[in-house]
Amino acid sequence: MNCIVIDDEATARMIISQLCSNVPSLNVLEEFPNAMQAIKYLNQNEVDLIFLDIHMPDFTGFDFIETLKNPPKIVLTTSDPNFAIQAFEYDCIVDYLVKPITQERFNKAIDKAEAKQSKPVAIQSQTEKVEATSGNDLYVNIDRRLIKIDIPSIYLVEAKGDYIQVKTEDKNYTVHSTLKKIEDKLPDDLFLKVHRSYIINIQKIIDIEDNSVLIKKDVIPVSRSNRPELMKRLNLL
Amino acid sequence: MEQPNQSYINSLSRGDEAFKQKLIDVIKKEFPEEKQVYLNNYNAKNYKLAADNVHKLKHKISILGLEKGYEVAVAFENNLLEGTTNQKEAFEAILNSITEYLEEI
Repeated sequence: MNCIVIDDEATARMIISQLCSNVPSLNVLEEFPNAMQAIKYLNQNEVDLIFLDIHMPDFTGFDFIETLKNPPKIVLTTSDPNFAIQAFEYDCIVDYLVKPITQERFNKAIDKAEAKQSKPVAIQSQTEKVEATSGNDLYVNIDRRLIKIDIPSIYLVEAKGDYIQVKTEDKNYTVHSTLKKIEDKLPDDLFLKVHRSYIINIQKIIDIEDNSVLIKKDVIPVSRSNRPELMKRLNLL
Repeated sequence: MEQPNQSYINSLSRGDEAFKQKLIDVIKKEFPEEKQVYLNNYNAKNYKLAADNVHKLKHKISILGLEKGYEVAVAFENNLLEGTTNQKEAFEAILNSITEYLEEI
């Protein structure tokens, strides 16, 4: 099985690759320190199995899975046993390994992966109603000051925990708010939520790959459930 | 106090000394960086980010065989997520023992 390893921790990537090297049927093609690099790789390459860390900054393992149209088999690797129940929601996940991973436990996961056929996954994602606002300005509260942002200049809004980052042509703003709140304030003819962590200005799109869009220099994942709406909004030739 | 050890690293290496040394080198490089990021976030009272850092450090703690230390880290991570700092001293004592150990090996 051709596989890749995705983990933001170099030590973890090295350990998983070492565990793989002791299993003759496994061939590690690449290692990635974040999900975005892996998405770009998977746009052009096929793999049979992914070793995927859940807890990564900005873009979790579950976020990553939601961008995949036909996910290969996935073995989750994590220091947190609390995600096991969530993992069962995904048919593509064949096993859940809690770090530190022993060779014996790893081998059992590979046995499960070899026994299981890959299946496309149906992930339900809620579509939230978008309400446009009138006017071109949005005021955000930063350090007890209300800062005016020109709405059309916004090209990307990203959820970051309890904060959102609003990226404009000139400046980025970090605001204590939620994606849902700003989504309600942005005009729906201009903005689209393409992923649970991202809202994009569709006029700022440079290009679209299978499951990601390029806006400025940012490669943004597109959830499978949001892709049809994105395609509908484009002026396709 | 529980001391770091190489039991897990040895079982993983299966006698491959080159791999073992390479892994230790990666840990020696990565651990101080992760520790510093944690300290920065903790000192800035960014407890949620500090909890993320503790989460990542847990793996190093477990790789170095600190089973009780791992439990302390789990509890401290949860405390930080709830906005409290209980177990800070115990957790940082573990980090310091790892620092000393990595300087020795």
